[in-house]
Amino acid sequence: MSSPSSEDSPVAALQVRDVVKTYGGVAALQGVSLDLYPGEVHCLAGENGCGKSTLIKIISGAEKPDSGQIVVDDIVHHAMDTTAAIKSGIQVIYQDFSLFPNLTVAENIALTAAVAERKRLYSRRASRPAAQAIVDELGLDLDLDADVESLSVADKQLTAICRALVHEARVIIMDEPTTALTHTEVSRLFSLVERMRARGVALMFVSHKLDEVLAVSQRVTILRSGRHVLTADAADLDPASITRHMTGHDVDDARAVSVLPHDAPVVLEVEGLGLPGAFRDISFTLREGEILGVTGLLGSGRTEIAESLFGVLPAARGTVRVRGERVRLRSIDDAIAAGIGYVPEDRLSQGLFLEKSIADNMIAGSLDSHRTRWRTLDSSRVRQTIQQLFDRLRIKAPNVGASVRSLSGGNAQRVVIAKWLANRPRVLMLNGPTVGVDVGSKQEILDILRAEAAAGMSIMVISDDAPELVSSCHRVLVIRQGRLVHILEGQEIDVTTIQERMAA
Amino acid sequence: MNTSGSSVSVLRRLRGANNEGVLALILIGLVLAMSAANPAFFTLPTMFAIVRSSIVPLIFALGVLIVIISGGIDVSFAAIAVFAAYTTVRFSTSITDPGLIGAFALALLVGAGLGLVNGAVIARFKLPTLIVTLGTQGIFKGALLTYIGSRYIADLPGSMAAVSTTNVVEISVDGRDAYLHVMAVPALLLCLAVAWMLRRTMFGRGIYAIGGDQEAARRAGFRVVRIQVLMYVLVGMLAAVGGMAYQIMGRSSSPQELVGGELDIIAAVVLGGASIFGGRGSVLGTTLGVLVVQVIGNSLILAGVPSAWQRAAVGGLLIVGVGVQALAAKKSGRRVHTNVDDPAPEPEPEAEREREGARA
Repeated sequence: MSSPSSEDSPVAALQVRDVVKTYGGVAALQGVSLDLYPGEVHCLAGENGCGKSTLIKIISGAEKPDSGQIVVDDIVHHAMDTTAAIKSGIQVIYQDFSLFPNLTVAENIALTAAVAERKRLYSRRASRPAAQAIVDELGLDLDLDADVESLSVADKQLTAICRALVHEARVIIMDEPTTALTHTEVSRLFSLVERMRARGVALMFVSHKLDEVLAVSQRVTILRSGRHVLTADAADLDPASITRHMTGHDVDDARAVSVLPHDAPVVLEVEGLGLPGAFRDISFTLREGEILGVTGLLGSGRTEIAESLFGVLPAARGTVRVRGERVRLRSIDDAIAAGIGYVPEDRLSQGLFLEKSIADNMIAGSLDSHRTRWRTLDSSRVRQTIQQLFDRLRIKAPNVGASVRSLSGGNAQRVVIAKWLANRPRVLMLNGPTVGVDVGSKQEILDILRAEAAAGMSIMVISDDAPELVSSCHRVLVIRQGRLVHILEGQEIDVTTIQERMAA
Repeated sequence: MNTSGSSVSVLRRLRGANNEGVLALILIGLVLAMSAANPAFFTLPTMFAIVRSSIVPLIFALGVLIVIISGGIDVSFAAIAVFAAYTTVRFSTSITDPGLIGAFALALLVGAGLGLVNGAVIARFKLPTLIVTLGTQGIFKGALLTYIGSRYIADLPGSMAAVSTTNVVEISVDGRDAYLHVMAVPALLLCLAVAWMLRRTMFGRGIYAIGGDQEAARRAGFRVVRIQVLMYVLVGMLAAVGGMAYQIMGRSSSPQELVGGELDIIAAVVLGGASIFGGRGSVLGTTLGVLVVQVIGNSLILAGVPSAWQRAAVGGLLIVGVGVQALAAKKSGRRVHTNVDDPAPEPEPEAEREREGARA
């Protein structure tokens, strides 16, 4: 590409050429090239650890490549630095948004631009019109004076997008933009993406969610183990072929649920559960060996119901019975004593000790059940449980002594699940069990859940990932505005029905 | 909806971003309560005495505030202050008196150098600020006693001594004279300068940004290392001014003073609404925090409480200040999020009140 300026091959906004990056002898990127054109949405897909994040860091200047070039406006950079990237019009919206929680929306939007212009003085009043203009132009409803830490995840993302655009960004890279969003928020984001595209912005999406990838992008680039596998028009691809290229083999996500015996006993019985401001009058049952899906939009109360059953947000009214016996769930200890386990949404901060080993994390929740009669730890039984779970969940790590921080998302999730399996709960609730996990790991995690259910555990999956619910759940509860509005069963469970019922 | 919205925003502004309004109310309440209990309290001489006793803590508190906003904590400022001030006095008395401006310039230079040590170590090696400044506190104090001197100097050099007895306001009320020390003027100017720096310069906003999220600040293009180093240099200079003010007002110089009193200053800053988690705090809040601590100390003296208990009172205030922040953080973290307006509210009045409470 010397200088293609004819109309059928427009000038690339950003070119990545033969980028190589190794970390301590391990090749993260092996000669990856990529072109990004104005007005296109380009999707970067690949499994966890395929090198997507490394590529983004190199483009944004957070990491320096071992060799290769980044070309913006015919200027060849052998390595970017953050300021140069921002000056060249490259903006990265990270998964964590990298906003300042202690500052207002207006200031978050204006500050980065002021930094890039190397301003010395700052005026809150003067920076406001620019922020207001971009918010108005995108037709958003954002409170400019609110502190960012008080915003919802979706609004934080909108703030990050405004911040990118206020600085005349020509290339916007979004890392996993839809992970934390619900169905409606995703469609709102996509209409915003269309508007940015119309402004001639080149967008790069990094995503796990294949249906979304195909809906929004014009071209797709797939990486596998640090290598470029293919770049193709989105129209020529379908989820199955993308999955095949990402994983190197076929992955089956068809509905695969076991047949529950008719006399399977009821394990959990919830009646009239209510908590003011969160949900009301929730009644359902969960049988032995059943996988029950709980779905709804963000803020519908789906998470709060699970947290109530786990004693984090004790319900104000209603009764809960476990195996016919009424239980009080006023604290987490109550829930654990009743045989209820919960894998939270934000597993990195709530479910794991990141610096500790896999083994320590696995056993952390069940120390009480691994005691000798002298109340000391029974180390041989502990070792046995750990090795058993490590093998059963097929965790990819050199050994059980590796720290959890070194694991990929999918494997870290398995460690959290293992922690609860070690405790042998009767009911295991999982919130977003495959959020941020790639397709291959996702199927394996669902397989683990199926196997545990077949072995007699009752499982609740709280999720708004419709394909995942379809593939694994016997029944699906749909929560809307804090109420249980539908219980889907058997043939009723399909992706469109779930999404319609959630949003209606 | 509109009127209630605007009244809420007026309340929000009166309350202040860091609860400055609440703190002002507490201060007024304290003063009124003390005046009611003891008529001798509510007089101009007492007020001026409280202001006078606040001058040095306030200058120190400005430095501590800056560090706390950036997400750190500094316990070496007292050591820097005494190092810079004592070195200056020692130089002036044994070699030559450089005049008032020269003395301050020398102290600022020494303060900047010691601050640079803090900043370089913290920014370069990304070490926890508490541990680094605890270490440098010991090093600075030790170096001072070893290399500069350990002798108590009873007479300040002429240029500084002249300022010791200068008052900016002298009023005679009912036969009692009220004096306001001249050092109140630089303290006030420093407050204004630091407030301007924090609010209106990119350097100041960078300090807030680093305190909010250091990685995000780096990604946004702030030169984090540079800002941190500069900031500690500045804080070292503030400490030096505080040390000079302390000696001028005390009319003597001793290398054994100041270090050990850090708790009062940090307590005042935290009480003044600066978040121990970083990213929040204001000069107004800090000023009010310093005044509250001084008024409480003064009240305890008037009430005849042994001075040993004043330390306990300050310690208690620190815990209260931090505790309030932790509770507030916990409360907002625990809040139930439902972004859907309820079409049919439940009849229970109790539930209604709870929802109102959550909205407010």
